[in-house]
Amino acid sequence: MSLEPRADGQAWRPGIDLDILRLRARYLRAIRAYFDERGVMEVDTPVLCATTVTDPAISSLHTRDRSGRLWYLQTSPEFSMKRLLAMGSGSIFQLSRAFRDGERGRYHNIEFTMLEWYRVGFDHHRLMDDIEALLDRLLGPGEEPARRLSFREAFERFAGFDPFVVDLDTLHEACGAYRFDSRRAKADRDTCLDWLLAEVVQPALGAGRVFVLDFPASRAALAKIRPGDFPVAERFELYIDGIEIANGYHELRDADELRRRMSVEYRRRLGANVDSDPESIPKPDERLIAAHAAGLPACAGVALGFDRLLMLAAGRTGLAQVLPFAGQIA
Amino acid sequence: MPNINTNEFRAGLKLMIDGDPCSIIENEFVKPGKGQAFVRTRFRNLKNRRVIERTFKSGESMEAADVMEVELQYLYSDGEMYHFMHAGNFEQHAADAETVADAAQWLKEQDTCIITLWNGAPIAVTPPNFVTLEITETDPGLRGDTASGATKPATVQTGAVIKVPLFIEVGESVKIDTRTGEYVSRAKG
Repeated sequence: MSLEPRADGQAWRPGIDLDILRLRARYLRAIRAYFDERGVMEVDTPVLCATTVTDPAISSLHTRDRSGRLWYLQTSPEFSMKRLLAMGSGSIFQLSRAFRDGERGRYHNIEFTMLEWYRVGFDHHRLMDDIEALLDRLLGPGEEPARRLSFREAFERFAGFDPFVVDLDTLHEACGAYRFDSRRAKADRDTCLDWLLAEVVQPALGAGRVFVLDFPASRAALAKIRPGDFPVAERFELYIDGIEIANGYHELRDADELRRRMSVEYRRRLGANVDSDPESIPKPDERLIAAHAAGLPACAGVALGFDRLLMLAAGRTGLAQVLPFAGQIA
Repeated sequence: MPNINTNEFRAGLKLMIDGDPCSIIENEFVKPGKGQAFVRTRFRNLKNRRVIERTFKSGESMEAADVMEVELQYLYSDGEMYHFMHAGNFEQHAADAETVADAAQWLKEQDTCIITLWNGAPIAVTPPNFVTLEITETDPGLRGDTASGATKPATVQTGAVIKVPLFIEVGESVKIDTRTGEYVSRAKG
C-alpha cells in the first residue's frame, strides 16, 4: 500500500472501493442520528482560524493571505466549540476536518476526519458511558463493558513500575531495552513514559475496548487536574484492539490556569526548535481564555478519530484503506 | 557528513548508527495520544547485513553515512585482496576477504559486481544475481536423465560446490543464481 501517486494511467482512481465509501456514508448518518436522538446539536466551525493549539507535540499547517495575515488549519475544532459552549450552546457535536503537519504513517494522514463532542454537565466517566453507547450503535454491542484502567495501573501491570515514583535512570534503562536511546535524545520523564506507553503498554492492552485514564498532570492538555498525593489529569484515551481511537477530558474551566498552561507550552515551543517558521509559533488564544473567563459550563468533551474507527469496523489495517484520497493521491 | 532530521527519514537513506553505516529499510510514525511523536526505524547494517530496530524522538538528528554503491569489474585476487576496477574511469578498489565474504565463491574475472563504498572504502560486495561458471569436478553424467530431478554435487571454477542435475558433465558451463546458490540451467554457447 503506497501513499505516493501512481505512475500508470490509473492515477485518477480514489484509493478505496465503493463498499468503503458506502460504509463511510452509513457511519456519518448513524453518528448524526445518535446525537440527534439525545438532543446534542450539530455545529460547524471554521477549519481556517487565526489561532491554534500551543501544544509543542502538535504542528499546525499555516498559510498567509495576500495581506500577510497568518491563518492556521485547525488540528481539532476544540477552541471554536468551547467558545460556542461559553455562549450557552448546550451539548454540541461536530464532524470536522483536522490537519496535523508531519503526521504520516499507517495510522496517520495529514488531513483526517474528527468526531468531537461536548456534553454539558457530564464528567469524564459519564462521557465514557456515552462513548460506549455510540460504539455499541456503530460496531455492535461489545462482548463486555470496556475496561477502565488508570495510567498508573496500566504501567504497574504491563511495564512493572509505578510511573509516578519511578526515577529517570530506570526510565532511561527501560527505554533503552525498547530500542529508544532516550539519553541521547535528552528525553525527560514524560517523553520516556510516552514511548513506553506506545511500545509496552498499548500493545499489552489486548483486544477489545479499553479506557486508560487519570494521566500524569504534566500530560493534562486541557483537562481538569484532580489534586492528591500524585495529582492526575481527568483525561482518558480509548484504545480498541490496542489502537488509540479517542481522547477525552473532564474539561478545565479556570481561565487563569488555561493561560498558565498555554504560556508554558508557548515558551517550551520557542525553545524546542520544532517550527520551521518561528513567526508562526502559535501564541495563547486570548479569545479562548476570555471565553473561559466569561464562563465555560461544566462539561466533558472528546475527540474521536473517525477514519480509525472506520478502519477497525471494516477490518482494515491502515488509514489509507478507508480514506478516499489518502496522502499524496489527494 | 551532515545531520539528517527524522522528518527526512525514508527508505534507502544511509545513516551512522552505533558507528556503523546503516540503510533505512522502513520507518513508521508513532505518536501516543497527547505526547511526543517518535519514528520507529528498521535499518540494515551495511557492514554485517544484520537488521536492527531503533526509535528516535521526532525531530532528533542522526549523522548521514557517506555510502555509495558503484558497479565495478572484478579483476583478480592476489590471495589476500580482491581487486576491482571501474570500467569507465579505471579507478581501482581493493577489498579484503572479510569484506568480500560469501561473494568470493561467485567471483569470476571480468564479471561486474556492486561494491558498497563507505568513506571511499569497500565494505560489501554483491555479486551479479546470475553468474555463468564452468564445472571443474563432478561424478560422471547419466546421459539422457533429464527428468528424474535427482542431483549430484559439482565443483565450479571458483571453488564453490553446488547441486546440479545428473546429466551435467565436467567442462560444461552452468548458470547459477547467486542469491540462492542454486543451479538454474545449462549455459548456452
